[in-house]
Amino acid sequence: MALTYDDVISKYEPVLGLEVHVELNTESKMFCSCSTTFGAEPNTQTCPVCLALPGALPVVNATAIESTIKIGLALNCQIAPYSRFARKNYFYPDMPKNFQISQYDEPICFDGYVDVEIETEEGPKQFRIEIERVHMEEDTGKSLHVGGATGRIHGAEYSLLDYNRAGIPLVEIVTKIVPGTGKYAPEVAKAYVAELRDILRGLKVSDVKMEQGSLRCDANVSLRLIGSDVLGTRSETKNVNSLRSVERAIRGEMIRHAELLNDGKKVKQETRHFQEDTGLTRSGRSKEQAEDYRYFPEPDLVPVAPDASWIETLRAALPERPSLRRKRLKEEWSVPDKEMAAMINADVLDIVESTVLLGADPTKARTWWLGEISRIANEKETAIADLSITPADVAEIVALVAAGELTDKLARQVVEGVIAGEGKPSEVVAKRGIKVVNDDGALMAAIEKVCAEQAETADKVRNGHVPAAGALIGAVMKETKGQADAARVRELLLGHLGH
Amino acid sequence: MIKKTAAQMSASLTSGETTSVALTQSHLDRINEVDSKVKAFLHVDGENALAQAAKVDAERAAGKKLHPLAGVPLALKDVLAQEGVPTTAGSKILQGWKPPYDSTVVSKLKQAGIVILGKTNMDEFAMGSSTENSGYGPTFNPWDLTRTPGGSSGGSAAAVSAFEAPIAVGSDTGGSIRQPAALTGIVGVRPTYGAVSRYGLIAYSSSLDQAGPFGRTVLDTAMLHEVMAGHDPKDATSINAAVPNVVSAARSADVKGKKIGVIKQLQGSGYQAGVLARFNESLDLLASLGAEIVEVDCPSFEFALAAYYLIAPSECSSNLARFDAMRYGLRTGDDNGASAESVMNATREAGFGREVKRRIILGTYALSSGYYDAYYGSAQKIRTLIIEDYKKAFTQADVLVSPTSPITAFKIGEKSEDPIAMYLADVATIPVNLAGICGMSLPAGLADEDGLPVGFQIMAPAMQDQRLYEVGSALEAALVSKWGGHLIDQVPALGGAK
Repeated sequence: MALTYDDVISKYEPVLGLEVHVELNTESKMFCSCSTTFGAEPNTQTCPVCLALPGALPVVNATAIESTIKIGLALNCQIAPYSRFARKNYFYPDMPKNFQISQYDEPICFDGYVDVEIETEEGPKQFRIEIERVHMEEDTGKSLHVGGATGRIHGAEYSLLDYNRAGIPLVEIVTKIVPGTGKYAPEVAKAYVAELRDILRGLKVSDVKMEQGSLRCDANVSLRLIGSDVLGTRSETKNVNSLRSVERAIRGEMIRHAELLNDGKKVKQETRHFQEDTGLTRSGRSKEQAEDYRYFPEPDLVPVAPDASWIETLRAALPERPSLRRKRLKEEWSVPDKEMAAMINADVLDIVESTVLLGADPTKARTWWLGEISRIANEKETAIADLSITPADVAEIVALVAAGELTDKLARQVVEGVIAGEGKPSEVVAKRGIKVVNDDGALMAAIEKVCAEQAETADKVRNGHVPAAGALIGAVMKETKGQADAARVRELLLGHLGH
Repeated sequence: MIKKTAAQMSASLTSGETTSVALTQSHLDRINEVDSKVKAFLHVDGENALAQAAKVDAERAAGKKLHPLAGVPLALKDVLAQEGVPTTAGSKILQGWKPPYDSTVVSKLKQAGIVILGKTNMDEFAMGSSTENSGYGPTFNPWDLTRTPGGSSGGSAAAVSAFEAPIAVGSDTGGSIRQPAALTGIVGVRPTYGAVSRYGLIAYSSSLDQAGPFGRTVLDTAMLHEVMAGHDPKDATSINAAVPNVVSAARSADVKGKKIGVIKQLQGSGYQAGVLARFNESLDLLASLGAEIVEVDCPSFEFALAAYYLIAPSECSSNLARFDAMRYGLRTGDDNGASAESVMNATREAGFGREVKRRIILGTYALSSGYYDAYYGSAQKIRTLIIEDYKKAFTQADVLVSPTSPITAFKIGEKSEDPIAMYLADVATIPVNLAGICGMSLPAGLADEDGLPVGFQIMAPAMQDQRLYEVGSALEAALVSKWGGHLIDQVPALGGAK
């Protein structure tokens, strides 16, 4: 029976578990010196080690260990003084060794937490997501199934293998079970992944591009009757590729589970795949019989035993936590909630902060990036970050406006020019001959001309109907080709008409 | 010329008495003459060997400073990757594979100007003690062609004892250098784990594997040991420390005042009478040279064989997973529409031999969920106990000794149907591997009952490899003066077309 979300949450409590895989942005792979650049020709970034040629041996990338420890510290984890790699054994053509070097019972980081805040009907509410472990492993290659209708292995004529990705360092961040989110489970999950993304970006350890797969989320969901303390059977939805999908996948799975349970059926413990187009998941591998990966300590590698003082050095150098930074910036800039949310959504916080640090007024900086520049980016269907305008350009424009050398309207032309590649703001101003008409004499001439042309309106203003002045000011601005400062025009006009 | 030691060949090359090309050619001739009987080589690389020899001769003529072993020929166990040269690890599953890279050992050999004659036969993936498990047929013991040369490095040992090469490289996971050295009357050393890079050594059991040298004398073995050893950043388990000075140790021949510990557990029942007789004579000789002989107790050694046959198969079940027909080597069953899984199955079924399959199955079982603690976990605990036994024993003695193999060379086919009997051949060598320390086998004479060579094993703590050579060279000198020559001089000639 089809259920609504409200039906589900009136009866069941969702329990979440989230596994996030992060591709680190190290220059070389986890266990060899091959490049990790995204998008290269297939099988050009390989060597005896990542192709698992007979005799080849792995050597750990020290930068990957450093990045993982930083992640652990940023997630409030304990750092193991001694941890080991383990082999996870299973056969799959895109995994060259037919085992994955991972970590099993001795992860490098464990027992941490992340606090996330979401908007609820009762106002902002904070949830603590506990982290079970953060461990290192290597990515697999990619299989491309050719000839089938669906691009899936089933029905394909043949498969091609690309090992460029094989051996790219991955960090897996696993939460403990997350109960108590109630109807907010989908939002909490989304907020958690978003917070992780911001933390990782702040640490500069990953590109965190969900659409390129450098951040991938597996969402585990189970339902239990409200008040029950017995966990239900979970499903694991793989590779959810956007924040919005995290939310949709969990909501969809909650409804699917509830429908099964209401019909007296069992939820199968299985892997499911999220489908962007329908927002539904489809069944993957059954996990009813737990796979036996025959983990054992990787004999080709030595244990990781980071020096305690080195860990403290890394801890001391951690960047500000994103949630604290947002709180601080909101206060420093006196931004209303809604505007703050808009900035976060549009992902312009960093760029606005850079602009403010270059001397721009926070409100002005925010308005430019969220307003005109966002509009142009939308129009060009590109990301703001990919436009050629920089925080320094915007700071310069804000300064020019403040100095009265540009009006807001003229400044928009300058922004457009900078984005069009005409140079720095000062260069655009010079090239386009943009300048504010500051000469009161010229302005008075225009005012007198306009008042003569629109005598009737001018009389209204003279007789005390000030709002009517707007039409006259507009006409004066037009007369001066927009190069006048509207405030000065207004002042002179009202003076001229006896105010 | 081929009967000389590597050190003598080196001197002849330096003095200009001979050239590397001539030396190499005489070894290729010898291989041509006797290898149809011995079957030591899987691949003879005559053309490249002569080219390398000519290069060394030219460099010598140009006055370039060369390594002492430059221009001296060598036989290489087929377990080491050599760029462009067929490398099979004795397995059908790698038939025809030519590595695109050199193992670190091969790089070092090339750098020293050593001439690689070819690749030698071995038990498939180094699993075995007789070389009968090779996918390409057995190797025959030059002392008696109806017998095995031991294994798994039987090809390398047979090549050296048949004068097909003065020195050879082997690998030793549970005794695979020392036991064949013992059975063929030559010297073989398993260096300390981590002393020689494993990069390019096709893995059997990663935590136990170690490549090492064979020679007909202790000094030759030391000279090759020195070339092979040293830290390698490509092997995470490689030890970053200076190589012990094994060559000068091999020239010292001094045991005066040294304490030599006889391991109580590695003698007695199960050991052939002639083996024990030669072993005890050697002890007497060492005592007469001024060494102090003490007995040490290593109670955990009783469990060493059992622990080995859990750890090694466990690691091999994972190490050999990569042979899946996807990227290199054999591929069978790839008919239209066959799935990757069925091709993997068919290839592994066809490509692996019985012993390899047996160990993969053993290891897969030992690592399985629910069995891990009882098998792999317990084996690791025994390993720790063996390490502690050694630690204690080395507080009582500078080196420890035992017979290398409880028996002399056995007949081809004698044990191949009885895995446990075959496994017992390594009972005295396995503890060294489990503890990661070093060991040597050198000839102690011929057993009275069968006239076959007996090996004397010396063991030393990790990175104290020079102790093997100090004691080994002293014993060798005493034995050679007693016999009036090296034991290997008594090996049958094999020569002439039969």
